Amino acid sequence: MADAKFLKFDTLSLHAGQRPDPATGARAVPIYQSTSYVFDDTDHAASLFNLERPGHIYSRISNPTVAVLEERLAALDGGVGAVCTSSGQAALTLAIMTLMDAGGHIVASSSIYGGSRNLLAYTLPRFGITTTFVNPRDLDGFRAAIRPETRLLFGEVLGNPGLEVLDIPSLSAIAHEAGLPLMVDATFVTPYLCKPLSFGADLVMHSCTKWLAGHGVAIGGVVIDGGTFDWEASGKFPTLTEPYAGYHGIDFAEEYGPAAFIMRARAEGLRDFGACMSPMNAFQILQGVETLPLRMKGHIHNTRKVLGFLESEAYAENGSVAWVTHPELPDHPDHRLRAQLLPHGAGSIISFGIKGGRAAGRRFIEKLALFSHLANVGDAKSLVIHPASTTHAQLDAEALAAAGVGEDMIRLSIGLEDCDDLIDDLRQALRAATKA
Amino acid sequence: MELTVKGQAVYAHTGGRPFDPARPVIVLIHGAGMDHTVWSLQSRYLAHHGRSVLAVDLPGHGRSAGTPLPSIEELADWIVALLDAAGVAKAALAGHSMGALVALETAARHGDRVESLALLGVAETMPVHPDLLAAAALNDPSAIELVIGWGHGPRGHVGGAAAPGLSLVPGGRRLMQRARPGVLGVDLGACNAYVRGGEAAAAVSCPALFLLGGVDRMTPAKSGKALAAKVRGSEVILLSGIGHMVMTEAPNAATDAFAARFSAF
Repeated sequence: MADAKFLKFDTLSLHAGQRPDPATGARAVPIYQSTSYVFDDTDHAASLFNLERPGHIYSRISNPTVAVLEERLAALDGGVGAVCTSSGQAALTLAIMTLMDAGGHIVASSSIYGGSRNLLAYTLPRFGITTTFVNPRDLDGFRAAIRPETRLLFGEVLGNPGLEVLDIPSLSAIAHEAGLPLMVDATFVTPYLCKPLSFGADLVMHSCTKWLAGHGVAIGGVVIDGGTFDWEASGKFPTLTEPYAGYHGIDFAEEYGPAAFIMRARAEGLRDFGACMSPMNAFQILQGVETLPLRMKGHIHNTRKVLGFLESEAYAENGSVAWVTHPELPDHPDHRLRAQLLPHGAGSIISFGIKGGRAAGRRFIEKLALFSHLANVGDAKSLVIHPASTTHAQLDAEALAAAGVGEDMIRLSIGLEDCDDLIDDLRQALRAATKA
Repeated sequence: MELTVKGQAVYAHTGGRPFDPARPVIVLIHGAGMDHTVWSLQSRYLAHHGRSVLAVDLPGHGRSAGTPLPSIEELADWIVALLDAAGVAKAALAGHSMGALVALETAARHGDRVESLALLGVAETMPVHPDLLAAAALNDPSAIELVIGWGHGPRGHVGGAAAPGLSLVPGGRRLMQRARPGVLGVDLGACNAYVRGGEAAAAVSCPALFLLGGVDRMTPAKSGKALAAKVRGSEVILLSGIGHMVMTEAPNAATDAFAARFSAF
């Protein structure tokens, strides 16, 4: 029997979720800049509100342009469905609010985006949801931190700022032994480099703002449901397995089976918390997703070239680089795990130490001409930040070390310029910064 | 709702409204390796439009206990036992793929219990390729890939789902992966062994609707039409560009077809 044929990643990046617009034949995804949608009649209206029929009611809950992006991202990650949100932070918040109530507890990697850490460490405790942070390489620590009230394990495929590779298969096993789902933030890798659902994660989130979009013009997020977690067998998720008075008594697991989580996230989370993505942002992010495979190949190519240059500087007798970290380097502690989870590349973030510490770091940033100094990653343009003089400037050396940020640490987000130009820019800035 | 059929616990989703046997009843019968959630875009509509709905999990499937029944004929008799357990004298039956064969056979064997039929993704016979039968018997994951890959039409693979944000192919795959080991193999074996389709069609005396996907590669529309021609007075709706997974690939068309025939206001 002939093998079943499925559309490949590059094809899905361009087509998934969209059929040419039936009204106009438009090939591009139209921007449905409309708040609301006319009902056929009163029965149609009632059916939509009661989830008897699929369709759009109001763009806070769903929008045709946003729906194309949602379906495309779900298809690329292999999930049963997705909900796009106004930002990556909103995606994380939506997932947590869908899963738990006050009293809930999360076990999270300590090496995550600062914004996510702020939400978990400072903001959610005000609403009765607490988090225990664990070093991402400490699997026993994750297991030990699970409590009866724990409802989620969370980490990032590549840690921030340490670039640790999350052991998704092992963490998934730990989570599932405890009847808990694992959610993974895959922003740094995109589904082109890693599909966490295929390694046992149950939920995936992205900040679409970064590599998925690539152009740096739109903020957005997405949470994707793998449809794999058995909410009923776990017995810890009444939001998904018991009748919901806020929606005509729907039991989402009973009604939607594998799509229970994502249907509740939309029906309640977008409806009530309202952190929806705008259709214009969805359109702009879709333009990026269409070229995601091409761009990621370019990011990885340039990253490897820049790594080669920085390594040569680090090994040179009078080189300006003290150390370089990237999971593709053989001396990275997670190098073998990287080969398993990220065979096509480990992203385009590089951390390195500049000789001369905080002062040299500041001078280096100021001497760069092509790299843009800003607080973002994943742009088609190369970006740079020196955490000790910017995001972490208020911390002394000891506090920096505790945060895993050395005074000499420079973080690069390698873009798509000609890599020779990037290396030339890095070389001249390093020489100028360390000569002084 | 929970029922006891032939001594075993059976689950049937009622579409979000309590089951009332006094109202016109429709039984929704899923296909091989699936469960009641394939009807989630139709069951709520019907339940809120005058029907009492039993979107049943067949024995061994979904939330129902027991083991899957090995033949279409046994499943047809089981549907009547389900009606008995629910206190229903006569019901409309809607079935997809294997479920369509079950509905057809039930109407032929127990015509006095069947008000009308809606058959989705159906053909007189459903021969299953030996490679697929073997893979399913071994619980080889490739069996699900074959069913999902061939089951969706080209447009289904691209997507554009009516339900915002849902992805059809991964959704179908996850649904089948939830089935218990061995279930898909037994179901496909039952489809493969069923040879009474033509005879059953000739014996049907109730109204019958055939809802066929124009690019169905598992039960081609041509075969569905041939079967329909054997049912007196049957009606065929051909859905252009739709594959075998009619109610998920074309949920609104399926609901519209049901609404025109099964709404009971």
